[in-house]
Amino acid sequence: MPRYFTDEHEWIDVDGDTATVGITDYAQSQLGDIVFIEVPDEGVVLKKGAEAAVVESVKAASDVYAPISGAVTAGNQNLEEDPALVNSDAEGEGWFFKLTIADAGELEGLMDEAAYKRFVESL
Amino acid sequence: MSEFDDILDNADEAVDLPPATLPLDGWHRARGGRMVEFAGYWMPVQFRGIMDEHLWTRSHAGLFDVSHMGQLEVSGEGAAAALEMLLPGDISALAPGRMRYSLLLDDDGGILDDLMVTHRGDSFYLVVNGAMKWDDIAHLREGLPDDITLTHLDEHGLLALQGPEAVQVLARLGLEPALPDGVPVEGLTFMQAAPYLWQGRPLGVSRSGYTGEDGFEISVRATDIVALADALCADDAVMPVGLGARDSLRLEAGLPLYGHDLTPETGPVEAGLAFAISKARRAEGGFPGAESILAALAAGPVRKRVGLLLDGRLPAREGAVVFAGAEQVGTVTSGGFSPTLERPIAMAFVDAAHAAHGTALDIEVRGRRLPATVSPMPFVPHKYHRQGA
Repeated sequence: MPRYFTDEHEWIDVDGDTATVGITDYAQSQLGDIVFIEVPDEGVVLKKGAEAAVVESVKAASDVYAPISGAVTAGNQNLEEDPALVNSDAEGEGWFFKLTIADAGELEGLMDEAAYKRFVESL
Repeated sequence: MSEFDDILDNADEAVDLPPATLPLDGWHRARGGRMVEFAGYWMPVQFRGIMDEHLWTRSHAGLFDVSHMGQLEVSGEGAAAALEMLLPGDISALAPGRMRYSLLLDDDGGILDDLMVTHRGDSFYLVVNGAMKWDDIAHLREGLPDDITLTHLDEHGLLALQGPEAVQVLARLGLEPALPDGVPVEGLTFMQAAPYLWQGRPLGVSRSGYTGEDGFEISVRATDIVALADALCADDAVMPVGLGARDSLRLEAGLPLYGHDLTPETGPVEAGLAFAISKARRAEGGFPGAESILAALAAGPVRKRVGLLLDGRLPAREGAVVFAGAEQVGTVTSGGFSPTLERPIAMAFVDAAHAAHGTALDIEVRGRRLPATVSPMPFVPHKYHRQGA
């Protein structure tokens, strides 16, 4: 299953026409202790760049924008109960939402894992 | 993910110059401190994590570098009376070795900064907020008579050691009183200060802080600060703590933060800081803004700084609007997640009619109304080591 990364520190797993979206391990390490996450409801149609989720750390709130367009098929309800899942497993159990990919062309130009690693090292 | 740097939201004051480095800069970096720009300096926002550092301070001892704060000395014949022209405290009655919380006020009674004043015997020692220190220095130079000397102690750093084990840690360090009649450091009580020697190096130590815990603030020559920080952290009870936990600790302690809960648009009475207007000064007046402040004392403030306990886990941040039903009754000035209480807490200014403890209010966060209750502060009890305790 191909995985893409954005320069806004999201990861996107693509499985056919479905994508799973989360924030990277680097992102969670920068945010610190996460205490609340708001994920989009099923059925919400997101446009690339639209506000999709909110992460609250002890210190501050950060918006997460949709890295690609599509209709949300699931928000990760486990994050409501246990937002620290993102701290412990950002790129696995700590996924944010799944969506039906509206335009596969939007995936072009995103980074692969090696490119994202180089990007983070350059920060 | 965008607005990633929002984590530093509270950290960027209006400073145009590139950030300066403080004497412990390399020490913080070597210990994994994540450095951010704050008040014109690079400062550590966290080391191991805000939650960890916060809870460690509440149970052991946290070491904070607060060297960005302004340390000033006011000396000369009549210094106490001269300070009373600018501060509403009873500075003349302050005994040597004692300290007070006070305020710099404008002519309308607005708060220009909050500060600590210590009577050092031959002078007064002031600690002011880092982001405000240059304005404060200008304000003091302007307001103090020419024969009073104002010195910026910019060759000194400031450490805060806070938490229930701070006193044992400092006692183990082996400080010697610098004055012949001085008490051992563990003999100081809350809001007392004295000079000490550590391996021959001079330290100004006060039993004070801004976390609600028992603890100390230590003024130390910049040339000695690395050695002192190393010696303190060699104690297993001590962990370095960043600005992030300093903010969550002071919020739990119900202590206002200048630039957020206090501004020139805020008066001391509505801010709940009337205790800083000494009794004698209430009778005499003669400090900036006395007319409006004494009127607010007599009539009661129109709005008040209150604590709010929120239901659920979603925090309300600075700027969130507070409602009573459909009516807007106030604004959040500080808010976050309380690591001790494991729930969101906030400070807000609300109309006096809605400020009573137990009042049910709503806070709007991104279109949602979060139920909140006006709560007594501090949210977490203070553990100051008071005289006679």
